[in-house]
Amino acid sequence: MLLTHDEVNAIAHLARLALTAEEVEQYRQQLSAILEYADRLNELDLTAVPASVSATNLRNVLRPDRAEVIFDQADLLFNAPQMDGDQFLIQTTLEDG
Amino acid sequence: MADPVTDLTQLSLTELRRALQQGETSSVAATEATLARIAAVDNELRSYLTVSDEMALEQAAAADRRRAEGEDGLLLGIPVAIKDIICTRGVATTAGSQILADFIPPYDAFVVERLKEAGAVILGKTNTDEFAMGSSTENSSFVTTRNPWELERVPGGSSGGSAAAVAAGLAYGALGTDTGGSVRQPASFCGLVGLRPTYGRVSRWGVIAFASSLDQVGSFGRTVADCTTLFQLVAGHDERDSTSLNVPVPDYLGALTGDIRGLRVGVPEEYFIEGIEPDVATAVQAALDKLAELGAILQPISLPHTRYALPAYYLIAPAEASANLARYDGVRYGPRLEGDDLLDSYKKTRSLFGPEVKRRIMLGTYALSAGYYDAYYGRALKVRHLITQDFQHAFQEVDVIATPTSPTTAFKVGERAEDPLSMYLADIFTLPLNLSAGCGLSVPCGLDRQGLPIGLQLIGDSLQEATILNTAYAYEQATKDDQGRRMNHRAVVQ
Repeated sequence: MLLTHDEVNAIAHLARLALTAEEVEQYRQQLSAILEYADRLNELDLTAVPASVSATNLRNVLRPDRAEVIFDQADLLFNAPQMDGDQFLIQTTLEDG
Repeated sequence: MADPVTDLTQLSLTELRRALQQGETSSVAATEATLARIAAVDNELRSYLTVSDEMALEQAAAADRRRAEGEDGLLLGIPVAIKDIICTRGVATTAGSQILADFIPPYDAFVVERLKEAGAVILGKTNTDEFAMGSSTENSSFVTTRNPWELERVPGGSSGGSAAAVAAGLAYGALGTDTGGSVRQPASFCGLVGLRPTYGRVSRWGVIAFASSLDQVGSFGRTVADCTTLFQLVAGHDERDSTSLNVPVPDYLGALTGDIRGLRVGVPEEYFIEGIEPDVATAVQAALDKLAELGAILQPISLPHTRYALPAYYLIAPAEASANLARYDGVRYGPRLEGDDLLDSYKKTRSLFGPEVKRRIMLGTYALSAGYYDAYYGRALKVRHLITQDFQHAFQEVDVIATPTSPTTAFKVGERAEDPLSMYLADIFTLPLNLSAGCGLSVPCGLDRQGLPIGLQLIGDSLQEATILNTAYAYEQATKDDQGRRMNHRAVVQ
């Protein structure tokens, strides 16, 4: 199976990656090869096999809901690429109406 | 007379611990000696991304004071290294990625908290493939770490920096992470003992996520006792990691008796395949014979779905990675490359990911996308079930499974960099375990004809770390005269 350029571009968009034309072609070939290898899984009849999302048998449990300060706000803002006072600053997402 | 500085760095972690207990040396002296050795050889080796020397010397002085007050502990005053995917408060943590190049974590990972409480000395942060995705450290976006045994070769990966540092005497032990073999495979390539504990045995709080159902923190040591000491300290429950197991931590060090009489060792036929280097096969066979000589009972077993582990892994791990790495959007941390609008900024910022990370994000996004989910990700999860069952069945008959850790010894830098599939094959013997519920380690079992280390992998059932560690210990004690306990120090960087 060989992916098309359009398919690679569509995946890149979903993944929020900007790719150069060279990258699109390179990933088209490499991902096709990996997916072809993954077709080996089709050798197996899996109809009656349950899916296993994790190796553990852990169940969700509830812990006491208690208020505590785990992080200092200034610590968390320290790595922000852009900030305004005590807030993360991002680009405008909605134009003025 | 030998240079006393070199001598200190040649001690194993266990030997240093004893020397500290007996007052023969100090943590400051060991730390200074190690920092001096890092300064002397790490320009060539490139095992560290950050050396936190000032902090290390302060921690060493504090450890010496604690000892002077009568305290002792597993790692009190022992200099260790930490893979740069594990968060350290106030010390840069990059995950080997440009996208976290300037990231200073606001908190310590659970394992770092444990080390600090114990009075360990943290020397710095070691190189890794970007987001732990790789088998050679060539995917680090900063530097390629070299193998101390031969500098043209890779140390393995993704925890290659930790492995190279410990093998070269630039740390007495180190932490890494193992998502598909990233502790065991570099341990094998660098002649070390490397343990991947059972999923959930060590808290992942503060470990930068790659594939959340597979990631686990592991330890490196020059000897089984060294590796066990570090593991003993970091094992345990932590309610901040919802997958952390709340079960008692055994006395792993006390379990190192060297007695393996009657131990049932399974040898899976699927792991002795074509493509395995003859020297590796010979060394592993000799190691199996040694285990039998020590009283273990060898028994052929079958893990029939082994050939499906690699394709299943390379759908599951990238799928989880594509979700985990969605957080790198240039909003809360990391650089932001401004575009025309927010969407464009996301795309530009995320183009800072390196080629392998992009490849896996793309692969995972595809495997999870509408129309392909059932055909790829869904199938892989079912195969994961079969692989887990293979191990469960095997552990009804045997206590330990023994295999080669990797089909080859350390390959040359650049040799596999252009072909992702050939790189993935380096982990073919380690990653089936990550898909299941057990634990595994690599212990050195000799050298190939080029003088490069070979690793024996020992796999145990869920939470049976004590069993595999003791098996490795028995083997190590029985062979130390043959191969030299410190064979790793024969390495280059003298």
